[in-house]
Amino acid sequence: MDGVINLQLWQMAAAYIFVLILLFIVRARGISREKEIIVSSLRMTLQLILTGYILVYLFNNINPLYTIIVIAIMEVFAIYNIFKRVKSKLSKSLKRIIAISMLCGTLSSLIYFLLVVINISPWYDPRYFIPIAGMLIGNSMTGISLGVTRLVDGMHSQKHLVEAALMLGATPKMAAKEIVDNSFDSAILPTINSMVGMGIVFLPGMMTGQILSGTSPVTAIEYQIAIMLGILGSVALTVILFVQLGYKTFFNEESQLMIDG
Amino acid sequence: MFTLKKVKYKDVLNIEALTIKKHKVTCIVGQSGSGKTTLLRLLNKLISCDSGKITYKNQALKEIDSVELRRDLVMLPQAPAIFSGSIKDNLLIGLKFSEKPLVADEKLLEVLKLVRLKKELSEDAEKLSGGEKQRLALGRVMLMEPEVLLLDEPSSALDEDTEHMIIEALVNYSKENNKTLIMVTHSKKIAEQFSDEIIEIKDGRVLNQKEV
Ligand SMILES: Nc1ncnc2c1ncn2[C@@H]1O[C@H](COP(=O)(O)OP(=O)(O)O)[C@@H](O)[C@H]1O
Ligand SMILES: [Mg+2]
Repeated sequence: MDGVINLQLWQMAAAYIFVLILLFIVRARGISREKEIIVSSLRMTLQLILTGYILVYLFNNINPLYTIIVIAIMEVFAIYNIFKRVKSKLSKSLKRIIAISMLCGTLSSLIYFLLVVINISPWYDPRYFIPIAGMLIGNSMTGISLGVTRLVDGMHSQKHLVEAALMLGATPKMAAKEIVDNSFDSAILPTINSMVGMGIVFLPGMMTGQILSGTSPVTAIEYQIAIMLGILGSVALTVILFVQLGYKTFFNEESQLMIDG
Repeated sequence: MFTLKKVKYKDVLNIEALTIKKHKVTCIVGQSGSGKTTLLRLLNKLISCDSGKITYKNQALKEIDSVELRRDLVMLPQAPAIFSGSIKDNLLIGLKFSEKPLVADEKLLEVLKLVRLKKELSEDAEKLSGGEKQRLALGRVMLMEPEVLLLDEPSSALDEDTEHMIIEALVNYSKENNKTLIMVTHSKKIAEQFSDEIIEIKDGRVLNQKEV
């Protein structure tokens, strides 16, 4: 860790001046967001401190069981977060499909990425496993949330077109195709767009972190490229699983559309 | 062709017995909200009845695959469905959905003429007026040449003259090609003039069924 400046407590505290500036601005303009700003700053601080200590513990006590538990918690949290984030009402079966797609999509990309691309050993090495899992799961969560929103909204707003297609003898798959394609597209678009600006418009967080901690920029870039491709794969896999299974929950076994109102 | 026995759907429809004949023109009339659309949706199996039995060609509707059935008896919804794309796209989409072979442009122009739509095939379908959209949707169904046409107020957005011409063309078409035509209409005149049989519905019940 040569060359890394360890931040002193007062230096950390000095960084909070940015929060104070923001608080000052919203108060002066009469925007009532003070509570949210304070709460989110506090949560960010406490959550990261806690995570830091947990990671230190995990790195010092390497155990496959711990790694698995951490991944399980991340998945549960991510799936719960998707349910909360999507404003439309979700049916039980759709929730089940979301959970299945998240688990299958992220875990299979994660295992491939860790064991084939990076080739870590032991397979449960938390130093690689946990941060990479976090990135794949987090990005897939964002993607699938967009996909779910688009699919549910599309099914409701285009209900009459879907039914008209059924009346013309379309299978549910054909009737839902446009909506399914749209939701897939909107779900992966942010990931694709972020690749376009990468390295020019912004330096990705992971790479920045590695460089700050003393890793050579070339190594950091190698990792960044690999992880970006991993994220792309994980998001695509998760979302395609979701849309392919998800549209079916809107139809019954008699190929009837099951939306009321 | 169709028989209904003791068919109930929620508290919307309650039909003791009803028969609809093959190769005939049957008009369904009745006040708005009386359950005409619901009846067509039952026949097209977009919904299933809660109790009772519907048969099509002596086979229970329940036992027929919904998609196969709908390719045989195509339904035209009350509000015309226009898909994104040109007039041509909108005509062909019925054939695509039902996995029938596509047809040449001449055939499409013929159908446009049949429904009295003087437009280019390449025009954007979204830009058509309400009545034009309705005729386009009707042309799409005729192009599919299904055995049974289930039409829900196919002429509601048309003026009286156009309505008369189009329904006449439609009835001639279905007689010439041995089709069964089942049509909801609010026009007494149309019903009396063109149908072989009129079914009158009131509050979800069949009020009477008469031959013309
Ligand atoms: N899925 C449904 N559930 C409950 N009521 C319905 C449903 N669909 C239609 N209705 C009601 O049934 C009645 C008949 O509707 P509809 O068949 O569309 O009448 P019409 O086509 O004769 O005007 C209306 O009062 C309508 O609100
Ligand atoms: Mg109606």
